[in-house]
Amino acid sequence: MRKQQTFSIFTGILRRDLKLAVRAPSQWINPLLFFLIAVSLFPLGVGPEQNMLREIAPGVIWVAALLAAMLAQDSLFRADFEDGSLEQMLISSRPMSMIIMAKVLAHWLVTGLPLIVLSPVLSILMGLSLVGWWALLLTLLLGTPILSLLGAVGAALVVSVKRGGVLLSLLVLPLCIPVLIFATAVVQTAGVGLAIEGQVSLLGALLALSVTLSPIAIAGALRVTGGAA
Amino acid sequence: MTEFLYMGGYGGYVWSAYGLCLLVLLANVIAARLRNHNARREVKKYTGREQ
Amino acid sequence: MWTWAHKFGSPGYFYALAGKVNPWLTALYIALFATGLYLGLVVAPTDYQQGDSYRIIFVHVPSAWMSMFVYVVMAVFAAIGLIWRLKLTAVLAKASAPLGASFTFLALATGSIWGKPMWGTWWVWDARLTSELILLFLYLGFMALQAAMPDRQTAWRAGAILLLVGVVNIPIIHFSVDWWYTLHQPATITKLGAPSIHPSMLVPLLIMAVAFKVFYLSLLLSRARAEILHRERRTRWVQELARSGQL
Repeated sequence: MRKQQTFSIFTGILRRDLKLAVRAPSQWINPLLFFLIAVSLFPLGVGPEQNMLREIAPGVIWVAALLAAMLAQDSLFRADFEDGSLEQMLISSRPMSMIIMAKVLAHWLVTGLPLIVLSPVLSILMGLSLVGWWALLLTLLLGTPILSLLGAVGAALVVSVKRGGVLLSLLVLPLCIPVLIFATAVVQTAGVGLAIEGQVSLLGALLALSVTLSPIAIAGALRVTGGAA
Repeated sequence: MTEFLYMGGYGGYVWSAYGLCLLVLLANVIAARLRNHNARREVKKYTGREQ
Repeated sequence: MWTWAHKFGSPGYFYALAGKVNPWLTALYIALFATGLYLGLVVAPTDYQQGDSYRIIFVHVPSAWMSMFVYVVMAVFAAIGLIWRLKLTAVLAKASAPLGASFTFLALATGSIWGKPMWGTWWVWDARLTSELILLFLYLGFMALQAAMPDRQTAWRAGAILLLVGVVNIPIIHFSVDWWYTLHQPATITKLGAPSIHPSMLVPLLIMAVAFKVFYLSLLLSRARAEILHRERRTRWVQELARSGQL
């Protein structure tokens, strides 16, 4: 019975947040456009030479994904904080980690998943091979949830700060460096035709670690900052 | 003495590193002193107003 | 234990104790710096590989050690502050941040100055320098968060959570940067990081390391005293100190 109740909280929040995202599409479409534009600036900046583009592609796409994720993160708890529903969630006896996981998952579905859908286009733009694209897909699939979770910690910390978007990036970007390192290494290694299992499992380990630990940090941060609007 | 300052040709590097350290550490000392000074003045202003 | 912790944690007691201890600490770090510098710059022999440029080690390595040490100390204050709500932890952690950032900056700058004669350029994306740069970002992030929040209590507790998240992440960042560096190992082999170190060089290095620690402790107490006075300026004990002319 209790288990079922917990699950219904999870699905309830998930459905509510997805519905809200459908109603306000600019919140997730704009970071996506930013991602696309940022990546396509690089060929203009460094020149159209295919070999060079292929070499820098993993780094460029991943750094752009990182920045786009940070842009999108700012809105995660903002609306709930401003209309007071965040405070309601904190006061209620419902399990906070469930609520947080549902919110982060909903947010990832509308901000992380589109990045993955967009990745074939970017791979073509940057001249990645088919193998490279598969590797990129895999790293985005494992890596963007980590970005969402880490970003949620930052979003929870700065939720009461006006125009906290830049501050959020300052706090969270250094913490994302391991993801960037392992993800780009996977794509580069795949590009030269070597085995990538090792790096992929490291990314998986990071994902497992952030799924278990960050809800604690997010809940703690929201209890500190999410109180009075 | 000049040989000591010369540092086997690396004098510029060695002394700029040590000079920078001295500068930063000294700046920290001065900043802490200033903070104490200002805090004391703040307290005394409050005392003066009370009496 | 608890009565001791509360007595020590009370601002008035801490203020008086820190004021009594600090002159001794100041004298101690001046003496340590003098001995360390004398042994390191005058007595220690020239290195047969790096010449005299290696003498930068006596400031570079202690600042690098301190940069990590101070962050861990801040995280410990954060944990104590979140669990037991001791007021003093906020004061001590916030006073530590600029000191830790200074040490990190010094480690970066002296490493860069040392790198010029060794590598031929001011900056190399070497694993240790890169980790140190990321650590500087973490310090600046904590300070930016403190500055952005008007309410002191909220700012400290949010900062404490950030510190704990940071201290969990630092080993992961460190490992990933090391791994990244070996993956992209440049062709030239650096001369830094000698496998063993001669006692005539190790002794001044250790003395300088202790000097940096005592310096940090002394400055920490001094900054904390200023912060306590500022926070408690309206309380009775501070006003009594001021009236009796003991301030």
